[in-house]
Amino acid sequence: MSFISYLLNGISLGSVYAIIALGYTMVYGIAKMLNFAHGDVIMIGSYVAYIAISNMGLPIPVSILLSVIVCTVLGVVMEKVAYKPLRQASKLAVLITAIGASYFLQNIALLLFGANTKSFASVVNMEPIQLAGGQLIISGETIATVVACLVIMACLMTFMKYSKAGHAMLAVSEDSGAAQLMGINVNATISLTFAIGSALAAVAGVLLCSAYPALTPYTGAMPGIKAFVAAVFGGIGSIPGAFIGGILLGVIEILSRAYISSQLSDAIVFSVLIIVLVVKPTGLLGKQIQEKV
Amino acid sequence: MKKLSKTAKSSLITYGIVVVAYLVCEILMKTGHMSSLMKGILVPLCIYAILAVSLNLTVGILGELSLGHAGFMCVGAFAGAVFSKCTAEIITVPGLRFVLALLIGIVCAGICGILIGIPVLRLKGDYLAIVTLAFGEIIKNLVNAIYFGIDKNGMHFSLKDSMSLGMEPDGVIIIKGAQGITGTPTDSNFTIGTILLLITLFIVIHLVHSRTGRAIMAIRDNRIAAESIGINITKYKILAFSVSAALAGAAGVLYAHNLSTLTALPKNFGYNMSIMILVFVVLGGIGSIRGSMIAAVVLTLLPELLRALNEYRMLIYAIVLIVIMIFTWSPGGIALRERYLPAKLFHKREKEVQ
Amino acid sequence: MKKLLSLAMAATLAFSVAACGSSDNTANNDSAAPEASTEDTTGDSSAAEDSSAAEDGSTAAAEGGVLKIGGIGPITGGAAVYGVAVMNAANMAVDEINAAGGINGMQVEFQFEDDEHDAEKSINAYNTLKDWGMQMLMGTVTSTPCTAVVNESAKDNMFHLTPSGSAVESIAQPNAFRVCFSDPNQGVASAQYIGENDIATKVAVIYDSSDVYSSGIYEKFAAEAANQGIEIVAQGAFTADNKTDFSQQLQAAKDAGAELVFLPIYYTEASIILKQAAGMNFEPIFFGCDGLDGLLAVENFDTSLAEGVMLLTPFAADAEDELTQKFVSAYKEAYGEIPNQFAADAYDAIYIIKAAAEQAGITADMSASDMCEAMKAAMTQVTVDGLTGEGITWDAEGEPSKSPKAVKITDGVYTAM
Repeated sequence: MSFISYLLNGISLGSVYAIIALGYTMVYGIAKMLNFAHGDVIMIGSYVAYIAISNMGLPIPVSILLSVIVCTVLGVVMEKVAYKPLRQASKLAVLITAIGASYFLQNIALLLFGANTKSFASVVNMEPIQLAGGQLIISGETIATVVACLVIMACLMTFMKYSKAGHAMLAVSEDSGAAQLMGINVNATISLTFAIGSALAAVAGVLLCSAYPALTPYTGAMPGIKAFVAAVFGGIGSIPGAFIGGILLGVIEILSRAYISSQLSDAIVFSVLIIVLVVKPTGLLGKQIQEKV
Repeated sequence: MKKLSKTAKSSLITYGIVVVAYLVCEILMKTGHMSSLMKGILVPLCIYAILAVSLNLTVGILGELSLGHAGFMCVGAFAGAVFSKCTAEIITVPGLRFVLALLIGIVCAGICGILIGIPVLRLKGDYLAIVTLAFGEIIKNLVNAIYFGIDKNGMHFSLKDSMSLGMEPDGVIIIKGAQGITGTPTDSNFTIGTILLLITLFIVIHLVHSRTGRAIMAIRDNRIAAESIGINITKYKILAFSVSAALAGAAGVLYAHNLSTLTALPKNFGYNMSIMILVFVVLGGIGSIRGSMIAAVVLTLLPELLRALNEYRMLIYAIVLIVIMIFTWSPGGIALRERYLPAKLFHKREKEVQ
Repeated sequence: MKKLLSLAMAATLAFSVAACGSSDNTANNDSAAPEASTEDTTGDSSAAEDSSAAEDGSTAAAEGGVLKIGGIGPITGGAAVYGVAVMNAANMAVDEINAAGGINGMQVEFQFEDDEHDAEKSINAYNTLKDWGMQMLMGTVTSTPCTAVVNESAKDNMFHLTPSGSAVESIAQPNAFRVCFSDPNQGVASAQYIGENDIATKVAVIYDSSDVYSSGIYEKFAAEAANQGIEIVAQGAFTADNKTDFSQQLQAAKDAGAELVFLPIYYTEASIILKQAAGMNFEPIFFGCDGLDGLLAVENFDTSLAEGVMLLTPFAADAEDELTQKFVSAYKEAYGEIPNQFAADAYDAIYIIKAAAEQAGITADMSASDMCEAMKAAMTQVTVDGLTGEGITWDAEGEPSKSPKAVKITDGVYTAM
């Protein structure tokens, strides 16, 4: 019985990772950059929602919408100011800029909102489901996160498959030079990707802080890295891969804490990642890229 | 004037900068014109310069992105510190003790480099980056969980807590998990740091300009072409990677002997530190040894010089980082630079990663 | 071409070194060595006088000179919450003291430097303060940097009082004292309290194995628990990289039938633990140390989750006594937040320095080293009534002797037990 509850805990944590990883993988797939600031966009999204709900007293759906809008604008502005000038530059230069953006967001949050922990009131008003006579409890946040994750994944996949903009994204991700020649506005497509990625980050932030309600300027950093690992795990750039990677990462983390060592669970998670990548170098669902001479 | 080759001249300038900087600092120190802050920060400057130069070997010369450099530093630091603490009473000559600790740290970090390099260097690009990041985190996590003590029955080792060591009352706990190692003799000083930096520079510059270095750069520029002319890819990749790791280990030993306390916090041995070192390398110019050294020095001093700004300091630092990147890499920035600055100020960039 | 580049780079380097050199030359003519820092006060006092006179309109500064106290702690980075609290409270105490005429007629100048909770940066901060002309050190806030700094301050023989560096090694030198309890002290006291009051026999512990404070308390707690007939049925560790989710640790505690969960951790994580425990219908007694103080002050926290939480803490922001209430309301007015225990420690630290300096007859023309000797002797003689304890005294080791108050959260407020 305890195994099942550990498993459920793992899925609960994993679904939070998964929803963050979806945003990561979107941006990576199209812009081909590791957006280290993604975790901090999540944090900004949580703060916006926090202020909207607790300080301004707005209704929850409005607050989430506000958070989504702010993050979308933030993502697009960040892309325009910091990343776009470097589109032709070395990948490393973009990586460093992303890190600079991450430091910037953390420190601006520290100045604006202070270092004190804020307790985020859950946006999910759902009674937990109790199974097996109260032995197994599935919290409302878990259900909401898993459902949100599946819905977002389905929407993204439909969007990519059937919409014109989605096709443009796929084309840019395959070969941005060729896409440009075919009349696709590459800049607009990348901006759109950042907008979607950041909007997802806002949703992820609200759900992350609903499940784990301590909000500080550094809240986003560690889940961001973990979600990044999850995205790589599932094959970065792949939307279902991010979901599977996130859930698996959460489950492995909780189970290794429960059955092996609670101190070494990070080491175990990262070891699994390394083994997966060594065996399958592009992650679980990643596409193998043929190398040309 | 044309007696020296261009590369020899360039490396002499690099050594010259270090020696002149060292002499200037020594003179300032001797005549009492140096602030306590500068005195305290000299050894860290050497540490970061060594780290940047050694990482440049992986990133600039080998052309692989590594985000786990701090992990090797951590291995070197802990190996060296454990040795020094164990032998603090046996070997009383600080110089000798430090050299031995240094060797141990270098060897441990180098071995880690080889062990990690073998599976990892088969991967490419961002996947390699994430795996090195993972290794760095694993090392940090392990070090935080290690309890190690010595008593009359010999050595005790645990991954759980200090009680499970089962020590005799007279025993000494050397590594106390997250509490790390305290009371390491502070054997390092600026002179030792400078010598180590010079040795690092010598090794890296020599390697780059040797036959081995050319083979490594050939792999970087075109792996398949290099393979087709018979270069052993795996061998050279692992060679460069493990030398880079060993040098990071040396920096770690220096780090461990600079402060009396050594703990593996996310701040000093986590991926944040690895990224910090990477920033030095990128800002200094990927592949430029001298550049990474100077960037390490300038960027380590920058937050200290910005202290007057108090809590705005890290914010300004972040902005500086972004602005420099855009200024040096974006087409607009390059155009601006060419218009207003003498073109010769910036040398042509070497081949970048992927 | 490369030569030009290198020249430019070298020029930058030289400039930056020179900038450091020159900036310290102005501030540092007088304090290159600690024993020389006496002249420094005379040199700088005129400027300081102006500012302090402008601040509160008092003229007391004129005859007494200036006492420069430095502070170190994290005001950026993940531990910023502790450093900011210390900085704010110390500034408040200094302003109060200056308004009331200073220490022995000396006006106090306080400067706080950031260390990002990093040992190396804290050494830089310490050296920066020395360049500024610091005569006494109130810091550092966190344990590991404190352990590094204490060795430096011992070399300079600088009086060193840490508000909250709780590791044993943090005050291992004779010049160092602390305001808070030491980690072993808290671990033992917690085990004894639980054992002696028969609160529980089956105990689970959730602690941060990557944190010095937390693992330090845990170890001593576990050792003492055996003597108190307490059985540790589950121990769940987490690390700094892994503090988002605690469901596994709680599940293990629940499955092991723990009656009490001991939390030697900080309140940020505790607020998540309490919420998750409530989510899984797990209702043991939660018992914590001083790190848990601040829980009720977390903005927007659902205090019903904390109902019944017990903690051993020297300070509770809701305490009824006049000193605490005055402090809390003044702090709230100045900074818009309820002060936590770190703020209280820092506020006390400044008043402790005042008490000891008055006892020792410190004057502004003494060297930092002489001050340290006098303060060291005075610290073991003074008795201070502060926010974090009444009648606190110190032994020569630097440990305070005060008894922790056990408090319980009922109806969203701390009540003494």
